[in-house]
Amino acid sequence: MLVSGIKSRPEYHGLTIDPYAKRRLFVLGGEGALALLEKPELKDAHFRAKAEILYVPQGSDHAATLRAVGTAGYWEAPTIPTLLVRLQVILSTAHMGLRLYAAGTEGFIGQVMQVGADAGINFNSIRTEHRGSLARRVSCVHCKGITENVTTSPAVCSHCGLTLLVRDHYSRRIGAFQGVCINAEVPAEIPPVEELFK
Amino acid sequence: MSIAFKKETFRDDFTFRNSPAAIRRFPFPFAEDSYMYSVNIEPHVPGKTGSVFEHPIDVDEHYVSEMEDRAKVLAEDPLRCQALPHMMTAQWDLLELLMECKSKSYPDIFTLTRNGDKWHWVNKALGIDDKFTFGDTSTLPYEPMEYITRQSQGDFAILDQRDNNLWMDAGMVTTQADWSLDFDIGMNFFEWHGPVPLAHQMGVFERALKFMLNLQHGQPVRRFNWTMTINPRLDTSPENYHKWGPDRTTVTPENVGGKVHLRVELQSFFRLPRSNAIVFPIRCYLISMQELVTIPKWGRRFHRVLKNLHPELADYKGLTRYRPTVVEWLSQYDDGAPTSPGWDPE
Amino acid sequence: MSKNVEHPVEVAAITPVADTVKRFHLVSVDGKPLPYFSGGSHVVVTMRGTDAAGAPVVYRNPYSLMSSPNDPGHYEISVLRVLDSRGGSHFMHDRVKVGDRLILSNPVNLFPVNGTGRKHIFVAGGIGITPFMAMMDGLASVGGNFELHYGFRSRSHGAYWRELQERYGANRVNLYCEGEGQMIDVDHLLEHQPLGTNLYICGPAAMIAFFTDKARLAGWPEENIHSEQFLAPPSGKPFLVRLQKSKIEFMVGEHQSILEAIEAHNIDANFLCRGGACGQCETSVCSADGEIQHNDHYLTDDDRQSGKKIMICVSRFKGGELVLDL
Repeated sequence: MLVSGIKSRPEYHGLTIDPYAKRRLFVLGGEGALALLEKPELKDAHFRAKAEILYVPQGSDHAATLRAVGTAGYWEAPTIPTLLVRLQVILSTAHMGLRLYAAGTEGFIGQVMQVGADAGINFNSIRTEHRGSLARRVSCVHCKGITENVTTSPAVCSHCGLTLLVRDHYSRRIGAFQGVCINAEVPAEIPPVEELFK
Repeated sequence: MSIAFKKETFRDDFTFRNSPAAIRRFPFPFAEDSYMYSVNIEPHVPGKTGSVFEHPIDVDEHYVSEMEDRAKVLAEDPLRCQALPHMMTAQWDLLELLMECKSKSYPDIFTLTRNGDKWHWVNKALGIDDKFTFGDTSTLPYEPMEYITRQSQGDFAILDQRDNNLWMDAGMVTTQADWSLDFDIGMNFFEWHGPVPLAHQMGVFERALKFMLNLQHGQPVRRFNWTMTINPRLDTSPENYHKWGPDRTTVTPENVGGKVHLRVELQSFFRLPRSNAIVFPIRCYLISMQELVTIPKWGRRFHRVLKNLHPELADYKGLTRYRPTVVEWLSQYDDGAPTSPGWDPE
Repeated sequence: MSKNVEHPVEVAAITPVADTVKRFHLVSVDGKPLPYFSGGSHVVVTMRGTDAAGAPVVYRNPYSLMSSPNDPGHYEISVLRVLDSRGGSHFMHDRVKVGDRLILSNPVNLFPVNGTGRKHIFVAGGIGITPFMAMMDGLASVGGNFELHYGFRSRSHGAYWRELQERYGANRVNLYCEGEGQMIDVDHLLEHQPLGTNLYICGPAAMIAFFTDKARLAGWPEENIHSEQFLAPPSGKPFLVRLQKSKIEFMVGEHQSILEAIEAHNIDANFLCRGGACGQCETSVCSADGEIQHNDHYLTDDDRQSGKKIMICVSRFKGGELVLDL
């Protein structure tokens, strides 16, 4: 229970471009914009003509640059939940031949992948790249509540108030890391808070 | 009925005890004086009469009480039993497997009558007598997996086989050693084993998966796992960790005998025919230290295993806090004499 | 000793269904139901007979189960009479009669339906229709979303096309009779399928390669493309094998696998799928004076390079002598 160095955390292999996709949907958050902006393929007009962007700036300043790229579509969301609504509607009528790309923080990618999975996309088909902070979404195993933007371990569950050890054990279905009460055995024994996921 | 079911609890006053017969048939999992992981899989074939391997699905004296405890866990937390939508055929496969195994092995307790898809199931131990249509969920009080696993000891995970991997896509998990079905459901073989230390470097999981992918119908296999529990508590879930975790701090040299328990999981793997899924029953057996040392060989051996256990393994199994106290207590039962290989009592 | 579960069956009926295809209706000998199975499964059929000289002969071939997975009263397989037969399909066509006994392995599934798929498109060429028949039966019974595209040389060569259209309707069963100039419009088929559609292809190697490429070029991810090819073990130059434990040596013939050669000498070896995929026939190599030709899909790269393991159902050898730990 107290061991935290475990091997089931996800890996993000980068936005490798699929040359055959009929439609490319780039779902980007914050610094994730750079994952696309740095792609040499962007120079090709044919590539841009088949590419669409959904972007949530999250405080970064890449929106203008992304919009100016000239892809077939560009839509900017004010927040992650509103972006996900848009994504869900797009995927509900999309066809095989669409390739989904997601770049940004882990929490952002995780939520995009959940929408993709609900739409029937095999998670192995989604290309992902981590950009930006390492802050985590944490699922409290006790109350099942999700706490956003966790940068420390231990961290307090924003729903039930328990102090949680933030493990590396990750669930794609839930889109979060597991948090387990860290001071269950001896309530007074709380390890010092360390900023591990910045 | 052929089994004298006990009335006992696995929480609150913890009245659980093993009869002398239950102690003798306990699946003591150590064949030698030290322990390390291995893919210790063997064919799940009928073993010695009276042993836990005699039947493919073992029913013992704790059956009725365990099922009562399961019902309580589920009433408190329904998330312990979940199935992803594509697993319904596998659920029916599991219902058939458990009903067939139990009615064949314990005909005086369980009877199954099949007339095409009209089935009649009687469970005398739990006072159940149900007629239903196989394949039609609306003719049962619960979905098939929940229905039959509320009547079967141990946890059950159903693994969907696809993309050269196994996926934990359904399960009934109320007697687990500390993992969350709600969190792990949907994960593949490597992912749900992620937290297990050391084994990944050893390639244990690669080999195990390859083996499992080729598991044949009609040729189940089994292996053992073990950990320790303070008080005979079945529900040692992460969800309730803040309830049972403090027990780990209550071990004293005086109470080791009655409080500290060896917890052994008999894990088996059966290929399910209609769904091509694999069901993974995890059957939990508990024995207190004072019961264990009534078998001298086990007292000696367990002392040695526990004393020399790799610290990372001890940590992962949650033993660190009380290990020294238990080792000290066990040392009085270890005179250094040699122990025979294999786990049967001498 | 092979430790597989075996089911003795009796041939209850043989029906010619197309020019070179016969359907065999098999029932359990002991009256007990045969195991339920999942669509896409195959069984390995063991045929025992005598050759022209009266010597005993054994053939073992895998055949897809095409009967309903929900009916354990009987199994049905279809056998194509292959031109360069290794003996099995000719035996089934020419020598097996109603009332004869065969041995079946347990069903094994190396070509399952993806349970998480939203829609399933089956593309069959010729005898490749067989696994899909069981898959469609299974999907139909749970209200699954599927369609079939079935190509065959001529109406008299195409098995079951009439039966399939009657059962599932012309909307779901699309037929392409080559002899009548009917061709499938693959691009159109692949263009507007909803997310979560899985494509399954079964037929000759060239056909599988064609459809797989078309799907990839249409932007379908490889996770959604599945295929099964009915492969006979590859042929090659004969070579010498010695079995260390059995103390016997023999030549493996041009059209014979190592496993078949071992069985021809009345030695039992482990096997299951007989197609290089499942791992059951993995055998240790004591020594190899030459090069092992690994034709399987099971061993890791490290295993192959080590030269210490070989999958005897499909792999071959080039050189002096191959010594196996059997």
